[in-house]
Amino acid sequence: MLLRPAFEGFDVHYATTLEGFAERERLTKVHVLPDANRHRPLRTIACAWTCWNVIRSIRPHYVVTTGALPGLTCGLIGRLFGARTIWVDSIANSERLSMSGTFAGRFAALSVTQWEHLAQDDSPAFHGALL
Amino acid sequence: MILVTVGTQLPFDRFIRIVDEAAPSLGRTVFAQVGRGSYQPRNMEYAALIDPLKFDELIARTELIVSHAGIGTVVMAQKFRKPVILFPRRAALGEHRNDHQMATVAALEGRSGMYVARVAEELVALMKRPLDPPLTENEHPARDRLQRAIRDFIENDR
Repeated sequence: MLLRPAFEGFDVHYATTLEGFAERERLTKVHVLPDANRHRPLRTIACAWTCWNVIRSIRPHYVVTTGALPGLTCGLIGRLFGARTIWVDSIANSERLSMSGTFAGRFAALSVTQWEHLAQDDSPAFHGALL
Repeated sequence: MILVTVGTQLPFDRFIRIVDEAAPSLGRTVFAQVGRGSYQPRNMEYAALIDPLKFDELIARTELIVSHAGIGTVVMAQKFRKPVILFPRRAALGEHRNDHQMATVAALEGRSGMYVARVAEELVALMKRPLDPPLTENEHPARDRLQRAIRDFIENDR
């Protein structure tokens, strides 16, 4: 939500794992995904299935995500439908890039870290931080 | 009131037990969002999960937030200008998949309104102390920069 001003004027859909998010933020274009992590294979499949349906229906040009596994899944499936991925690695990863962020770096159009000391010459880049 | 939270993803029984055992000595009511843990608090009201709108109401009313070191809570504490005590999860105790919360507290420690406890004694001591809320910040240059970078990327990426 802290990135929201960056998308003013664009047609924006939000995907979240949080029930009740739409009501709190007073948003209508919100899609709720089952939460998933790498230790929960069945949840990961459920999450991927929901991502697939959401992305097939809205056909985004860009998928912007801070991860983790649900965000990575959206990025990957978005890629299959021609979307470009912008990966903003979570500020929680201050010692090293997240595992999902490292993987996303291979296919993302833009990959940024929120910690200057983690930036690399090519990617990820550092362009500031949300906090 | 003190609001305690473990976030929406994982339980954090060790943390909830510390707060619950200290609750009677805090002199304030304590409400805890405990996730799907197995420890049942005895000295404070609690709920597994709280609807985001309701959670906003609780944060607006609380004097202090006591939380796992999750970025979601940090953002909320800043937004509502409440002091927050962060207690990191440890991978070695099965509390998260890795130790990034230890790194998070090291990175955020010392910022205004943010307090860090790494062991039970520190956590209890901090909960008993009056803590200052974060300073009012009207400008977020690092945030503006990141927003602009992403917008510029999309606009120039045709």
